[in-house]
Amino acid sequence: MSTIQVNIVSAETELFSGEVSLLVAPGAQGELGIKPKHAPLLTNLKPGEVRIKRDGQEDENIFVSGGYLEVQPNVVTILADTAVRAHDIDEAAAIEAKQRAEEALANRKSDMDVAHAQAELAIAAAQLELLRKLRR
Amino acid sequence: MAGSKEIKAKIGSVKNTQKITKAMEMVAASKMRKAQERMLASRPYAEKMRQVIGHLSEANPEYQHPYVLPREDVKKVGIIVVSTDRGLCGGLNVNLFKQVLKTMKEWQDKGVEVELTTIGKKASAFFRRFGNIASHVEGLGDTPHLNDILGAVSGALKAYDKGDIDRLFIVQNEFVNTMTQKPKQLQLLPADASLGEGDLETEHSWDYIYEPSAEELLDGILKRYVESQVYQAVVDNVACEMSARMIAMKAATDNAGDLIRSLNLQYNKARQAAITQELSEIVGGAAAV
Repeated sequence: MSTIQVNIVSAETELFSGEVSLLVAPGAQGELGIKPKHAPLLTNLKPGEVRIKRDGQEDENIFVSGGYLEVQPNVVTILADTAVRAHDIDEAAAIEAKQRAEEALANRKSDMDVAHAQAELAIAAAQLELLRKLRR
Repeated sequence: MAGSKEIKAKIGSVKNTQKITKAMEMVAASKMRKAQERMLASRPYAEKMRQVIGHLSEANPEYQHPYVLPREDVKKVGIIVVSTDRGLCGGLNVNLFKQVLKTMKEWQDKGVEVELTTIGKKASAFFRRFGNIASHVEGLGDTPHLNDILGAVSGALKAYDKGDIDRLFIVQNEFVNTMTQKPKQLQLLPADASLGEGDLETEHSWDYIYEPSAEELLDGILKRYVESQVYQAVVDNVACEMSARMIAMKAATDNAGDLIRSLNLQYNKARQAAITQELSEIVGGAAAV
């Protein structure tokens, strides 16, 4: 089976680099599945899970808080804002962040606060969603 | 020959200086390790970003973003100079400024104006004389944050948007290894295919599928690209600063050691001369009796 080179980097570190048979990423317009020989594509990502499927190996799950995805015939690059491996997600921190964001939304002051809080809420909610999914 | 007392005092003062340079060397060495780790951690992002933008400029997009369109008629160029806040780091800043001056001269010879954005106290102090600093940041510390540099970067981007500047360069120190740092100049805008290192084999014209729209997407990613490159330059520069300071302070400590040795020799000679003189006076005195 054919594979494609995938590189996942965040502003802090390089998270993944290797040959992959299927990559699933949370595109801003819906989830995307990238297989080898995909047409060139450029899109932004929303907070969510990047799933990496490899032959004969366990799936790898990486959480990204947003960023960009570039597909080239021979290489796929994810430029994530921040990213963590799924099992490194700090659940307590995510729950706390979610509560904080919800509170900020409840007593909203300005549009700026709302946009910021909504972004935080989306990230925290996506993290918790991923954790729930992995537990099942 | 100077009196032995003066030489003794001089030795004491050189020893004190040596203590200070030794302490600075050790502080720089410990900071250097952390700075290098930070530099290496954020490097992949900046490199991959450069690659993606390189690919982008090779594509034939439906929407031509101003940041990838080459501008033929260059009236004014912007240069971002990344320097340190503090001195005592050898020739690090001076070498960098020489490179900047060379570039400035090249453009000015062609009748093109140059506008500077300076990061770090040393650059602003040096280039103030030339009177063309558009914006400036300093006091980023040992752990620079992206937010701190955004103001200066967006200033340069706005000038580019408005057409005030037609090219944007960044000049920074490149960290080769602990012993070697060299000035590096990179063209940020307009982004060109040289960034991608030519890793694409394309004979036919192609374009991306954009989701959502090309305009929105390119706007975001190109801004992010400039920010990431400047941020990486700043992080690199901290690692360079610490290594350069460590090497400079080590050399200073060694030199102080040499100086102390030669002063000691002088001191012993002076002491011996004094004893010899005293002896000959006693002998002379005894003979006279």
